[in-house]
Amino acid sequence: MLTLRDVHTYYGKSHILHGVSIEVGQGEVVGLLGRNGVGKSTTLKTIIGLVHPAQGSVDFEGQDISRMPAHRLARLGIGYVPEDRRIFRLLSVLENLRTGLDRQGVSPERRDALLDKVYTHFPVLRERRQQAGGTLSGGEQQMLSIARAMMLEPKIILLDEPTEGLMPRMVGQIREIIQVLHREGIAILLVEQNVPLTLDVTDRVYIMEKGVVRHHAPAADVRANQDVIHQYLGV
Amino acid sequence: MGLPLDQIFIQTVNGLVNGMILALVASGLTLIFGIMDVVNFAHGDLVMLGAFVGATTMLNTGNFWLALLVAALVIAIVGAVLQVTTLRPLLGRDPLMTILATFGMSLVFQKYALWQWGPSARKIQEPITGQFSMFYLQYPWYRVATAIFAGAIIGGLYLFLKYGKYGIWIRATTQDRVMASAMGIPVPLVHTGVFAIGSAMAAASGVLFGPLAGVTQTIGLDFTLRAFIVVVVGGMGNLGGSILASIFISLLEAYAALVVSPAQAVIVSFLALILTLLFRPTGLFVPTPK
Repeated sequence: MLTLRDVHTYYGKSHILHGVSIEVGQGEVVGLLGRNGVGKSTTLKTIIGLVHPAQGSVDFEGQDISRMPAHRLARLGIGYVPEDRRIFRLLSVLENLRTGLDRQGVSPERRDALLDKVYTHFPVLRERRQQAGGTLSGGEQQMLSIARAMMLEPKIILLDEPTEGLMPRMVGQIREIIQVLHREGIAILLVEQNVPLTLDVTDRVYIMEKGVVRHHAPAADVRANQDVIHQYLGV
Repeated sequence: MGLPLDQIFIQTVNGLVNGMILALVASGLTLIFGIMDVVNFAHGDLVMLGAFVGATTMLNTGNFWLALLVAALVIAIVGAVLQVTTLRPLLGRDPLMTILATFGMSLVFQKYALWQWGPSARKIQEPITGQFSMFYLQYPWYRVATAIFAGAIIGGLYLFLKYGKYGIWIRATTQDRVMASAMGIPVPLVHTGVFAIGSAMAAASGVLFGPLAGVTQTIGLDFTLRAFIVVVVGGMGNLGGSILASIFISLLEAYAALVVSPAQAVIVSFLALILTLLFRPTGLFVPTPK
């Protein structure tokens, strides 16, 4: 469904991605591991069109999307949950959700159903729906960020370090929601530092180093062969 | 010497009326700055062009309200074209670029107005001609109506921003352009839309202001300057702050005019600007930043 072929991305003059090739199938949960600064977040930003690749192609459902602006990609069904959550701090929780909900072709019934769904998964968002996004705790903001992406009814969600800095209880909740999304057939590309969690919830993982993919294997294999983790991730 | 209570009351009314017109100009300017970081030096000239378009429509139709509507629509289109051709290519570049570009547009607009409408002042006939007595003065109802009408437009903008679908798009884009785009909001279109709204509000101010003074091609600069003062004093990009600052500055000038000549009274607004920049550069009417 999503295919990156030999993607090179630059920030100004610095060459960040040196030919990344990644594939995510329909409904598949794929992990992207690697130390800090190897280009994992840049890979996600390249997919969602926040930076455009200088070379290589990004295909989504058979269409070349490497030159499309982010707002069109969101409409095509790519949800993005950035590393720093990027909640609209002055918008209420409900308004944050509405940024993804107020699009053409969403019937009032569909809106209610979508809101109901996220409120069921994240009851705290229902309680706080009139509260400004900036007043939520870190964990609540993470939930809102994921819920907001869900409003787009995406076919794939790009999750950038969703458990970073969260309490263990919250991490458990993020794990649950990843599994729920998986059951619903939504594909996920998960960037994480939390290796056990990633290996637990994903089907396959890519391991990146210095802007390229160094290793690619089913999650079960990596679980069985901890040397790989040690070699590339140093944990 | 006792306090001249009657004069203070009259100047309060004057200050409020001027403040509301200024608020209408400034809220467009601050909306544009907030969402695009564009310092629009041509904003006052959109007020001026709006006044001229209004005056021409008024001359041909005799209908003030139609003139107001036509001016707002025409200038909204002018603003949208200006944004797409001049400012969109400069988005994210050095602010100096947009300052120079809009300053250039300001000169183009002034020269165009001079060429099109000539150097003599035009007057727009006020739609409400009655007066009421306030102490020793016959005060025109139209001035009061202007304040109310400006307030109604600002109120409409507030409701639109607060509850409308596109209002949420505008607020989301103002806060985080990148994330708004990742949520499927067509950010370039929102920018153009906001510029059109800001321009329409400027044009409306021009038409409302028209009957109070003559319309010439040079009135824009004064509006730009005053609007900038209140946008800075109110906190850059902060809508509520700009509105409060407009009223604050206009009242300040009105009261100062009791003591010194009106020409000198303008000095107090520059003084307020300097003091704000020195002691509270984030603006007077915004919560203290954490």
